[in-house]
Amino acid sequence: MNIVVCIKQVPGTTQVKINPETGTLIRDGVEAVVNPFDEYAIEEALRIKERVGNAVVKIITMGPPQAEEALKSAIALGADEAYLISDRAFAGSDTWATSYTVARGIQSLGPVDLIICGKQAIDGDTAQVGPGVAEMLDLPFVAWVRKVEEITETSIRVERMMENGYEVVSMPLPGLITVVKEINVPRMASLKGKMRAKKAVITKLTAEALKADPDKIGHKGSPTQVFRSFVPERKGGGEKISGEVPELVSKIKSTILDLNVIR
Amino acid sequence: MGINVELEKCIGCSLCVRACGVNAIKIVDKKAVIDLEKCNLCASCVEACKKYQAITITKESSGGTKNIADYKNVAVFIEQHEGVVAGVSYEMLGEGRKLADQLKEKLVAVLLGNNMQKNADELIKFGADRVVYYNSEKLANFQDDSYAQIVSEFVDAEKPAIVLAGASAIGRSFIPKVAARVWGGLTADCTKLDIDVEKHLLLGTRPAFGGNLMATIICPDHRPQIATVRHKVMKAAIRDDHRTGEVIVHNVDAEALNIRTTIVDIVKEVESTVNITEADIIVSGGRGMGKPENMALVKELAEVLGAAVGASRAAVDAGWIPYSHQVGQTGKTVCPKLYVACGISGSVQHMAGMQSSDYIIAINKDPNADIFQIANLGIVGDVMEVLPALTRAFKESLGK
Repeated sequence: MNIVVCIKQVPGTTQVKINPETGTLIRDGVEAVVNPFDEYAIEEALRIKERVGNAVVKIITMGPPQAEEALKSAIALGADEAYLISDRAFAGSDTWATSYTVARGIQSLGPVDLIICGKQAIDGDTAQVGPGVAEMLDLPFVAWVRKVEEITETSIRVERMMENGYEVVSMPLPGLITVVKEINVPRMASLKGKMRAKKAVITKLTAEALKADPDKIGHKGSPTQVFRSFVPERKGGGEKISGEVPELVSKIKSTILDLNVIR
Repeated sequence: MGINVELEKCIGCSLCVRACGVNAIKIVDKKAVIDLEKCNLCASCVEACKKYQAITITKESSGGTKNIADYKNVAVFIEQHEGVVAGVSYEMLGEGRKLADQLKEKLVAVLLGNNMQKNADELIKFGADRVVYYNSEKLANFQDDSYAQIVSEFVDAEKPAIVLAGASAIGRSFIPKVAARVWGGLTADCTKLDIDVEKHLLLGTRPAFGGNLMATIICPDHRPQIATVRHKVMKAAIRDDHRTGEVIVHNVDAEALNIRTTIVDIVKEVESTVNITEADIIVSGGRGMGKPENMALVKELAEVLGAAVGASRAAVDAGWIPYSHQVGQTGKTVCPKLYVACGISGSVQHMAGMQSSDYIIAINKDPNADIFQIANLGIVGDVMEVLPALTRAFKESLGK
């Protein structure tokens, strides 16, 4: 079984700070990490490999040359192969062009049975590339997967999180799923894995290698563009009070009643 | 395509250097120099330089959609669960009506379901000029394949300039597939929509980086311009029985639907009946609740207020409450009218999920808790004492 996991290198957002003078994000010195949702995707691929036995886990990412680090950390966890889609020609890609490019990348890897993505990346927060890739490859797709109940060579049965609970969905393979945090607890890399990652060969995929349609990649292939970006106004802290419980309770109660939100 | 620094305008202030997320800009001889190998054309520097306007990004057009002028009207995808129209869809109708009026175009609602003719007729009363209803037994439940297929067909046939859908589990699952298929521009999870009337452009503003950065996205050369829109941000349409309009029913041939997935079971799992993304009030508990039994205090207050129950990641990770209640970057993003945070210290990730709430009350023992920085009303006190007393007080006054 061939399992492909799509990952993205993102800034560790907990460290994102705002420069109070310029009002812009400070990203200097911010460590780049594997998108947390993609860690669940990698872990699930490894677990499926352990479950079915005969499987190869391939990791693919699209990004600048330094995204290689993210691929290496996936190898350290136990992935078998890693591929970096990287080319100046891909700069400025929106989610449409990214979906197209990643789909081309996956097609270049040969037969695939299951593609796993994290539900979204924590920098862009769009959750659009997973379903976009499924559509570009014309594969069946289930989003928000919180559990893989059963997997065989030809089908998978999963639990999909919805607002009010979950749905059990079965899907023929090949297919694509996006996973949520609840699906597993990712393992830590072993020392042996880290050694392997150091030596790992990362295959680089350029626009030419992917035979990508130049009209569909990068800025040119992207329907959307950023018109402007800005740092939102923070709500300043309002009133803060302390005191005896009855006093606090009556303050909260009158505040809530004044808001007129109780039906 | 390219990015360019106009040297006569650049004063070497280095604002762009600090704004750049990929360290692609250096100041050389008091002028900004952009390393094209690193630059990803994100436009952060263009924004940082708005005072001097020295940096411009030009785009080579892909040609995009042919005959953009053929695309007219604002379409709204109507989400339904078990034959009941979702709350977020009324919000889309309200916002869609406003956009259509600005453009002096029509508002079209697209509904997929089974035996929902009555609901289709009702959408006219909620602001639609035209309703296109696709009826089939096989459209009763959401499936990515059938919904993406039908809505893509709708786009090809009706050629709407704008398509709106709720940023719900359903909308964010299949709308990207529609966008992929029709090569439209899709902006996820918008919290604000505007129209540039002159250019006939939709401006979709959305949070990124867990709410630390807002980006306004446009789609100049492709149609339709598609946006998923966050719950509870837009005002719901108000029913007007005098409104009239046209309802078109397509009875869809089940054979024509290529559905590859099968729904085996649908399980409702939420402990209260209120969906937290649609709730007007949310009472949330965090690590400060101390132990699982104490989450009952949060639930009791929620019940008396008619609120949904939320939780921080700490409470969910400790196994006190299911993940479907988690608010924050790795859980749900909510914007209720009132958010009551109980024993939640306020991690960046949690605040990313609730900071756009209209009004925030935080109850925490620690006067220095970060949550107080965004709370409209901060209560420094012990949740174990305050919550039961508060619940009692509301029970008395609301007569429950």
